[in-house]
Amino acid sequence: MSEFTPIPAREPPASSVGVVGWLRTHLFSSWFNGALTVLILWSLLLIVPPSLQWLLGDASWSGGRSDDCKTDFVSPEDGETYRVDAPGACWTFTKVRFMQIMFGLYFAANPSEVWRPVLMFSLFGGLITPLLIPKFRWKWQLGMFTLLVFPFIAVALVHGEWLGLPVAETNEWGGFMLTFFLAAGGIVLALPIGVVMALGRRSELPIIRSLCVFYIELWRAAPLITILFMASNLLPLFFPSGVDFDKVVRALIAITMFQSAYTAEAIRGGLQAIPKGQDEAASALGMGYWRKTGFITLPQAMKISIPGIVNTFIELFKDTTLVGIIGLHDFLGSAQIAARSPEWKGYDFEAYVYVALIFFMCCFAMSKYSQHLERKLDTGHKER
Amino acid sequence: MSEAEKYYEKGILPRATGEIPVPSDAPEICVKMTGVNKWYGQFHVLRDINLEVCTGERIVICGPSGSGKSTMIRCLNRLEEHQEGTTIVNGTVLDDDIKHIDEIRREVGMVFQHFNLFPHLTVLQNLTLAPIWVRKTAKREAEETAMHYLSRVKIPEQADKYPGQLSGGQQQRVAIARALCMKPKIMLFDEPTSALDPEMIKEVLDVMIELAQEGMTMLCVTHEMGFARTVANRVIFMDAGQIVEQNEPEEFFNNPQNERTKLFLSQILSH
Ligand SMILES: Nc1ncnc2c1ncn2[C@@H]1O[C@H](COP(=O)(O)OP(=O)(O)O)[C@@H](O)[C@H]1O
Ligand SMILES: [Mg+2]
Repeated sequence: MSEFTPIPAREPPASSVGVVGWLRTHLFSSWFNGALTVLILWSLLLIVPPSLQWLLGDASWSGGRSDDCKTDFVSPEDGETYRVDAPGACWTFTKVRFMQIMFGLYFAANPSEVWRPVLMFSLFGGLITPLLIPKFRWKWQLGMFTLLVFPFIAVALVHGEWLGLPVAETNEWGGFMLTFFLAAGGIVLALPIGVVMALGRRSELPIIRSLCVFYIELWRAAPLITILFMASNLLPLFFPSGVDFDKVVRALIAITMFQSAYTAEAIRGGLQAIPKGQDEAASALGMGYWRKTGFITLPQAMKISIPGIVNTFIELFKDTTLVGIIGLHDFLGSAQIAARSPEWKGYDFEAYVYVALIFFMCCFAMSKYSQHLERKLDTGHKER
Repeated sequence: MSEAEKYYEKGILPRATGEIPVPSDAPEICVKMTGVNKWYGQFHVLRDINLEVCTGERIVICGPSGSGKSTMIRCLNRLEEHQEGTTIVNGTVLDDDIKHIDEIRREVGMVFQHFNLFPHLTVLQNLTLAPIWVRKTAKREAEETAMHYLSRVKIPEQADKYPGQLSGGQQQRVAIARALCMKPKIMLFDEPTSALDPEMIKEVLDVMIELAQEGMTMLCVTHEMGFARTVANRVIFMDAGQIVEQNEPEEFFNNPQNERTKLFLSQILSH
């Protein structure tokens, strides 16, 4: 009987590994891809350095007046000196109007109260950071606290009435803070509605099912902007005149309805991905509908649909800029208004770039988090 | 030749020489199907099924794919609903009354081809969930029972792992333990070894043999003919939604009465 001797493992051929191998497979695998690589590198060379020059190199940061963003220009024609815009970005503007753009008019006008939104955001950061730590033990409890208790703390802090602080009326809320409230409030309120609608859509009772289908399809069929319009203009018609229904609350209701339909669809996708055997095994063990749902199908479906929910949340976060149309000054709106003030006329571009950068940072972070979740859940304890 | 058959040939799996006694002094009927018919839409999947199973019997059900074996045993715990005929399980008539269904499901354990463990729960949680929430057992007691059955299926050390971290054979043993934790009176097996790699079949069959030796009433859909020979006291052959033939294993294999049975046996035993 001959003995089995394994062939020793060898290094892969040199041409397929290392820098040369990587370049060959990823950038120059064919003449067409090689040409594309060169073209893209060339355009990056054309675009990136001037942009950085404008953003950082030539930018003005100091001072506090628009004049600090201007520079002397001697006209070659008449030899006189004019004050003209400096070639770089004017970050003095966003620095001076920071409070207005981030926290809205009330807090810009009352600097002594700014600690309230700042504390609110710090608390929020403190709550979600541990959620990102993989081995954190109280994740579930902390998550529930963030979802169920923190919203009240946030409103109490910013509005102030419950804590006996000077009241910041919601119609004076604005800036990034308002965007945060609308988006975060939307997702938190939409989640339970979404769960109910997703379950209802899979119900065996035709009436419940049709109601849920109707609800979901209604809100999915209408653009958010129309829903906001209706919430702002039609909703008051249903209430006796004189009842002034809070504008922010109206926007929040509209956003919640809209978002809950998408959340429901994301969760339904998750529910559909659960193999039928899970439900059968639970049935065979004698579990009824609510136990099956609560212990077996829903927890698994929620896990699967987290990436999808995060994605719809990213969309919602950006879509909140539409509340400008019903007269709320969200992040984008506040920046625009700041750039229309007499002092800072003409700095729209800076305003947009600033808003875009912060939106990008937030959305990029969320998207990375969702990818991380997707990977984690993919390698997790899945069934064979 | 089936996998188990090879093991018997090599003497790895003991031929339990059949004779596990069926308590015969007072044969108590625990499953009774009378004139059961079922349709999937227009498709007549179960046709006039009449079946009586006594307590302590070990029944192997075989037959070609699509013959309605799974459907029949799934009708016993209402995973499928039959349209005609009566089914009585453990003295309870299986009808639309949710109370009756729950009653029956508490007494009937089921093991599936694809294990159907709950992947988001640990092995221990898989085993204690139903006892705690359906049987209302105290958590500690449920955990003790769970550990007892995990030892019985020889994997107590895996209690805190997730199902995805176990091999197929281990998962199926956990699934058996999960069903046993409900202290069922009847166990249904639907091709419990068909999804397993060959080297894992034996460990699952071993557990099932032990279960049989302890007197559990078992209805087992399987093509492991070696298992049928050693463990079953009755083999049922199904085709086209009907029970074609049933007999004691020796008679069934050596002296099949129906042409269809002969053909089927020659197909599965020839290679
Ligand atoms: N949910 C279903 N809907 C329609 N037809 C089904 C369904 N489940 C099973 N069948 C059909 O019923 C027949 C019997 O199925 P099954 O009991 O699973 O067979 P077996 O377990 O003997 O292989 C098969 O022809 C199958 O295609
Ligand atoms: Mg089957």
